[in-house]
Amino acid sequence: MSKTVRYTYLGLLALLLLAPLVGLYPVFVMKVLCFALFACAFNLLLGFTGLLSFGHAAFFGMAAYACGWVVKAHGWTPELGLVAGTLIGAVLGLVVGLIAIRRQGIYFAMITLALSQMVFFFCLQAPFTGGEDGLQGVPRSRLFGLLPLDTDTTMYYVVLAIFVACFLGIMRIVNSPFGQVLKMIRENEARTTSLGYDVDKYKLLAFVLSAALAGLAGSLKALVMGFATLTDVQWQMSGEVILMSLLGGVGTFFGPVLGAGIVIALQDYLADRVGAWVNVIIGLIFVVCVLAFRKGLVGELHAFMERRRTVSSR
Amino acid sequence: MTEIFGIPIQAFLGQLMLGLVNGAFYAMLSLGLAVIFGLLDIVNFAHGALYMVGAFAAWIMLDKWGVNYWFALILAPLVVGALGVVIERTMLKRLYGLDPLYGLLLTFGLSLILEGIFRDQYGVSGQSYSVPEALTGATNLGFMVLPNYRAWVVLASIVVCLGTWFLIERTRLGAYLRAGTENAKLVQAFGVNVPMLVMLTYGAGAALAALAGVLAAPVYQVAPQMGSNLIIIVFAVVVIGGMGSIIGSVITGLGLGIIEGLTKVFYPEASNIVVFVIMAIVLMVRPAGLFGKEA
Repeated sequence: MSKTVRYTYLGLLALLLLAPLVGLYPVFVMKVLCFALFACAFNLLLGFTGLLSFGHAAFFGMAAYACGWVVKAHGWTPELGLVAGTLIGAVLGLVVGLIAIRRQGIYFAMITLALSQMVFFFCLQAPFTGGEDGLQGVPRSRLFGLLPLDTDTTMYYVVLAIFVACFLGIMRIVNSPFGQVLKMIRENEARTTSLGYDVDKYKLLAFVLSAALAGLAGSLKALVMGFATLTDVQWQMSGEVILMSLLGGVGTFFGPVLGAGIVIALQDYLADRVGAWVNVIIGLIFVVCVLAFRKGLVGELHAFMERRRTVSSR
Repeated sequence: MTEIFGIPIQAFLGQLMLGLVNGAFYAMLSLGLAVIFGLLDIVNFAHGALYMVGAFAAWIMLDKWGVNYWFALILAPLVVGALGVVIERTMLKRLYGLDPLYGLLLTFGLSLILEGIFRDQYGVSGQSYSVPEALTGATNLGFMVLPNYRAWVVLASIVVCLGTWFLIERTRLGAYLRAGTENAKLVQAFGVNVPMLVMLTYGAGAALAALAGVLAAPVYQVAPQMGSNLIIIVFAVVVIGGMGSIIGSVITGLGLGIIEGLTKVFYPEASNIVVFVIMAIVLMVRPAGLFGKEA
């Protein structure tokens, strides 16, 4: 990590630590952090392994239901709820992954999409999810049975801590030897196989990791907002998380975070004013991203700095 | 005989017919996807939205200008086909040669735009489109009462599917198309205008989706989300049938519609997911799909 990047991250962290004190609405920032974590989890798969899953909402939403349900109906503590959601995400990821990695590219995308739709119908019909109404009034209760999370400020710092830990964890995974193999698969799968790596095993592990983290993000969201609904598990949500990564920059660390921030801000501030046009605007951003800047905001910034460096060193 | 497997035969045949109608739409839509994928290498996520636009076009034409069903059946596909040509010229053209995933993402964005526009204009509750006069009523076949319009939908879709198959597999134009998918440069060297062929193919695929939309208008509610609900099932159909196989998508589409209808009779809770369960099983046994060739 270069010095500039490190200072930028530290600056951002300081800003996030101060956010509730300077009057930023903590629930909004928490929501952004949850979706940022979701986008980072997704990016671990698309950006660093080269697998486009079009079904990540299944892990996010199913985990949100699971966490909300154990906390609300069984009185589990929040940390156990988060663990339950993460595990559900991982198990679901294993099942979907086992089926989907049999095909590549667009087939992989379509299969994950179809399987996630199956999860959607399960959530629509299962008795504990509340059907069309969703699971409402999930209490935040007490962390480890001690720390009450009812105030937004306390909850905020818990969410921030989890987010930062996961963000660093993802960086660690990507920079580990395991992460190098994943990148190699992204660049050239056939060569990776010929070098003796069990590509399917690596892909599956990446898929499960990504699904587990998406599950953590979903359960965290259920705790923060106090509800889990069909929106979380619908396939449009899978599309949104792709957009977040694409807009911010696929295969960069910070890109998905930025993308999540922009998309959530757009949705929260535009929805009241423009109604259904918010989808049109999001669709337009999608089209522009694919046509004009496929590297995303952070990716383009990297490329720009790279160009400047080569010019100045000449 | 009034019962079959303990189910009243009327209900059984009714669901079977409904399944066949759904299957007809699956077949027509997956056929369009197969044709577009074959030549452009693009998974047209906007296919569901184009189907929805087709249905709305028919409804608007009737509501605003009193254009009847039979004219709409021709006009709506033409309008949507033209829209398809514009999309191909302005956007898809720029993605050829890139990873096909970009085409999937672009058309996904397009479907959001189209759906958002219609949702803003007409809300989420559907509009109803009445069955054309010539096809109202039902025929009593003795063992069941068959609504005429439904019979027409199944018949029309089979004719359209066979027509498309004939065009692609048995005509000179189809031969150019198939050759173009194998080696575009070589075909171009023989003096065939490949970019034009590609443009018309996307336009024709879009028109096919719109035609399905007009056929669907009197059966289902004309609503902005009608396409997005359907497209995922169609994707599953495509995966099961094996992408690019025209005959495969037709047979799989009809077959899955029927299976779905029968599931509704015997175990209604599973009817929404039976297609996806079948997809998972087929992938375990034949990863390339039932009619696909192993790549």
